Amino acid sequence: MNPVNYLYLAALLFTIGAAGVLIRRNAIILFMCVELMLNACNLALVAFSRMHGNLDGQIIAFFTMVVAAAEVVVGLAIIVSLFRARHSASVDDASLMKL
Amino acid sequence: MSTTDFHSLWTAAAEPLGEIPTPEIEYVQLAPVLIVVGAAVLGVLVEAVVPRRARYHTQLFLSGVALACAFAAVVGLALSGHATTKAQISAMGAIAVDGPALFLQGTILLTSLVAVFTFAERRLDPAHHGHRVDSFAAEAAAVPGSDHEKAAVKAGFTTTEVFPLVLFAITGMLVFPAANDLLTLFIALEVFSLPLYLLCAVARRKRMMSQEAAVKYFLLGAFASAFLLFGIALLYGYAGSVSYARIADVVDGAVGTVDPALAATMSNDVLLLIGFAMVLMGLLFKVGAVPFHMWTPDVYQGAPTPVTGFMAAATKVAAFGAMLRLLYVVLPGLRWDWRPVMWGVAIVTMLAGAIVAITQTDIKRLLAYSSIAHAGFILAGVIAATPDGVSSTLFYLAAYSFVTVGAFAVVTLVRDAGGEATHLSKWAGLGRRSPLVAAVFAVFLLAFAGIPLTSGFSGKFAVFKAAAEGGAGVLVVVGVIASAIAAFFYIRVIVLMFFSEPHPEGPTVAVPSPLTTTAIGVGVAVTLVLGLAPQYFLDLAGQAGVFVR
Repeated sequence: MNPVNYLYLAALLFTIGAAGVLIRRNAIILFMCVELMLNACNLALVAFSRMHGNLDGQIIAFFTMVVAAAEVVVGLAIIVSLFRARHSASVDDASLMKL
Repeated sequence: MSTTDFHSLWTAAAEPLGEIPTPEIEYVQLAPVLIVVGAAVLGVLVEAVVPRRARYHTQLFLSGVALACAFAAVVGLALSGHATTKAQISAMGAIAVDGPALFLQGTILLTSLVAVFTFAERRLDPAHHGHRVDSFAAEAAAVPGSDHEKAAVKAGFTTTEVFPLVLFAITGMLVFPAANDLLTLFIALEVFSLPLYLLCAVARRKRMMSQEAAVKYFLLGAFASAFLLFGIALLYGYAGSVSYARIADVVDGAVGTVDPALAATMSNDVLLLIGFAMVLMGLLFKVGAVPFHMWTPDVYQGAPTPVTGFMAAATKVAAFGAMLRLLYVVLPGLRWDWRPVMWGVAIVTMLAGAIVAITQTDIKRLLAYSSIAHAGFILAGVIAATPDGVSSTLFYLAAYSFVTVGAFAVVTLVRDAGGEATHLSKWAGLGRRSPLVAAVFAVFLLAFAGIPLTSGFSGKFAVFKAAAEGGAGVLVVVGVIASAIAAFFYIRVIVLMFFSEPHPEGPTVAVPSPLTTTAIGVGVAVTLVLGLAPQYFLDLAGQAGVFVR
């Protein structure tokens, strides 16, 4: 199958993720959308790796997975502490600092 | 792009692989980074094995010594010619050791050292249950106001983990301006961002705001780094490599052998332009340039003030360093494409930062918008695309970072019953109550405004001069107008401090320990020295202004 199709899929997934971050209001969903964007990046990297015939893209995909895992650790810690303090994970409720 | 040309790599996998060559790592050239990351790992170990009472002093000692040693290593490398004649690319092409990298690493290390002093300050709050406390929560995991938190405060817990966290962040920041391939760039970005998200969340006072700031910073930061990563994927797709030098060659069309796959992607400028725009977007987010600045005021206001000072100074230095390298090493061939865009970004950033700052009533938010305006001024130097542009940007970053750390250190001193009194109305008459603190803050504000005899003036002058000579005259005019607007609100704060009556129940000015005093003292000294005798440092930045390729 033509690897270019995977690039279109990656772009589509990235767009879905980005739109999700902009539209949804629950911090956890936002976070999942960001993860979707990162996975779209992985797909693009691997597809390009296949097209160019070198392994760089696949190596970067491994690094991205590790980074995504680290981000989950940090992100969930922050979001859970926010949720426990407010009993809400909505990013619209978090507005103590509006002018 | 046809489907037929699969590479031998995919079909010949059954053959035995040749020996994988051992990578050569130049440990000496990487010493500054290695020292800091080593100390960070040790710091984690300290949290695990050292008794709670001794942790604070151990961590402070460890961080201070590590940062000082790393700075000595940077100076040593620079003196032995690695900034100029012996500039090289080390760690198998991952990290550049050259003038701009060493200059920025030195700046980051010194500002971080000063910032770590403000992290360690324990005399500002009254003692709780006989325990001296710093700006960080007793136990960050405890729900604000819960019994759990009260027990932690009573037991005298402190979050000494901030020291290893800040060291990890500094590690990332040291690598970021030196990164010589896109993978290193991304990893360095994450290594310094993730600890900063956590540091934002651990304030002792106003914890709900602190957590809110961390969530906002985290979600927007992760969003921006996803864009950066997709940009990296596209640039990799375009050039078939993530190495800066290789991408630059492909952009210039100066590659020797072109295989069919590369020929297909090379001819596709969409990959290059969109990929480049997305990478740049990620970097502009980190420097807080309009339109990617939305996080800045909230995060600066909500984060613990020492963290804000550190973040405002060091992140900006690191991110501008990375941006300079990307624009000057990878994409000089695309100058005619990126300059108009950056022009627009710089103009909007300068004006929006300066104008919105006028309406602010909180001193931390005011400084946040001022930092946005400053990002615009620095962008003017970046756009110059000349050697002078690089060196003036380096100088501006060094000057700006010390002023920022100092200014936020002063903000920690003005306190009332609820912690820091950040509302501007409470700063009224501060000059009569404690003339010294108000005078020091006035010096910082004048430096931000760019009044002559301060470092702000030398920096702005160098940047605008480089921009004008680089053919960006309009940008300089807008910059001067934005500076005039910005001067208005800086002067307004000075007038408020010195020429209005103090509130009877206004805030008190805490007497800090030598730690914060050092931070503020260094800030004032650098501001005045760079303002009165900038030539030596301008020459230093001038010598450091050549990127290795």
